[in-house]
Amino acid sequence: MARIIVVTSGKGGVGKTTTSAAIAMGLAKKGHKTAVIDFDVGLRNLDLILGCERRVVYDFINVINGEASLNQALIRDKNCNQLYILPASQTRDKDALSLEGVGKVLDELSKDFDYIVCDSPAGIEKGANLAMYYADDAFVVTNPEISSVRDSDRMLGILSSKSRRAEKSEEPIKEYLLLTRYDADRVKSGEMLGLDDVQEILSLELLGIIPESKSVLSASNAGIPVILDEKSEAGQAYADVVDRYLGETRPHRFIDPKKGFLSRLFGGRK
Amino acid sequence: MLNTSPVLEFKSSTFFAPILILCSHDLVAIEEALQEKIRLAPEFFRDSPLIIDFRELNKLHLDLDFAQIVQLLRRVGFFPVGIRGGNELQNKQARELWIPIDTVRELGGTITIGETAKPEPSQPAAPQPAAVAPREPQPSIAPPAAPAPATLITHPIRSGQRIYATGDLIIMSQVSAGAEIMAEGNIHVYNTLRGRALAGVHGNTDARIFCFDLQAELISIAGDYKTSEDLNKQKYTHPVQIYLQNHALIIKEIA
Ligand SMILES: Nc1ncnc2c1ncn2[C@@H]1O[C@H](COP(=O)(O)OP(=O)(O)OP(=O)(O)O)[C@@H](O)[C@H]1O
Ligand SMILES: [Mg+2]
Repeated sequence: MARIIVVTSGKGGVGKTTTSAAIAMGLAKKGHKTAVIDFDVGLRNLDLILGCERRVVYDFINVINGEASLNQALIRDKNCNQLYILPASQTRDKDALSLEGVGKVLDELSKDFDYIVCDSPAGIEKGANLAMYYADDAFVVTNPEISSVRDSDRMLGILSSKSRRAEKSEEPIKEYLLLTRYDADRVKSGEMLGLDDVQEILSLELLGIIPESKSVLSASNAGIPVILDEKSEAGQAYADVVDRYLGETRPHRFIDPKKGFLSRLFGGRK
Repeated sequence: MLNTSPVLEFKSSTFFAPILILCSHDLVAIEEALQEKIRLAPEFFRDSPLIIDFRELNKLHLDLDFAQIVQLLRRVGFFPVGIRGGNELQNKQARELWIPIDTVRELGGTITIGETAKPEPSQPAAPQPAAVAPREPQPSIAPPAAPAPATLITHPIRSGQRIYATGDLIIMSQVSAGAEIMAEGNIHVYNTLRGRALAGVHGNTDARIFCFDLQAELISIAGDYKTSEDLNKQKYTHPVQIYLQNHALIIKEIA
């Protein structure tokens, strides 16, 4: 039985797709057979970030409609043979997704995958609701700004009331916070919310802080998830996230502003 | 084999629905007043059944088309389920729309929400366009019900969520901005209250709200309310209790 993870936020453009690609790759690299599904029907982003856009033949909707089998639609990642991508359709609209259809696909995937990562579209409408409905775990991606925190809070309410687990009165979805696009300097100067401010409102288990980093954009331009860029801070932060999720203890990094270049050369860890 | 299980069954029970007393036939003003009420407690009013009371209106000899008011109410999100005090024409229109007439009389006393907003006789000004029914506690009508058990919640109440308790409501976790908690009895929040809290929603003026950290968007007891605008004028550093005294909400720190 696979564990189903939804990467969700409410607010758009906070880093869900970046996160989905990174953690799916991270889990796969650790030897777990992982599928990552793009629920953002009509937009299609995940395949670009994973660099497989030219290999898309069939998509999620084709599988739901029975026009293609799962095996035909799943794309094996070029960097890691434990990772598979189920792309979204660019030509259909969101109404093509149905609760039963999504459930059927997830059931089938569950049989031989360890993890299924669902990349949610923005908003709190149908697409986002379908992406989180069957989840076991939720990664709530939040930027350190008030509108994003508010939307995450709203999403948490939906997670705890409109999911399969909630409807069946099972153990609730396990919720984790992922604070992304975190700019320590701007937090320090008060331009952005700090971790404490965010946690005062959300109070969730913190899975990681992903710093704002240019390497994210270059990675997505290259079609390689940033987690594979081991030199970048964002890549390292995502690797920590995967480790923590799998139960290992990793101290949180990248919370404080970087010191000058000398102290970086000679200084300690911080 | 003989199938003895019945096809249906009738049960008698009591339902609550707010009564809308109309005091004006100005549809625009009515809609505005309703939107204002809904804004204060959106979750409470969403999809709410509603009984329309025409008595005030007809006393003032104001003409109002029943079909039009029903259309307006449905548009803003209510489900009209009854009419009372209608004239012959209004009753006829109600029947055409399958809306029951005067059948809700006997429940009148118990069906209440909101604050008294009836125009006071001394006020020379024009009557309020729309008012939610005043509280008329009539213990003779309500069955001597056993006190409802308290509801205990240990998880956070998030933005967009709504909790309704028929008795007291005890919340051990935070209540987010954009969340709404309501109780017919008292409300206790052993954490930060950032959302809306409405106690005594069926008119219990003795209901109180207690909370550890008051940062609420709205607090209300038996329909008398304060919004964050009023609340922000003072900063509370201690847990507080909120109660009603002569229709005024009193907020006191519990030292
Ligand atoms: N840690 C980061 N540092 C710098 N840029 C980032 C970071 N995370 C994401 N971005 C950038 O932010 C933009 C939005 O990211 P992404 O597409 O992952 O967000 P999303 O939440 O999936 O958006 P949508 O809601 O539209 O699906 C992209 O341009 C991405 O490169
Ligand atoms: Mg996305």
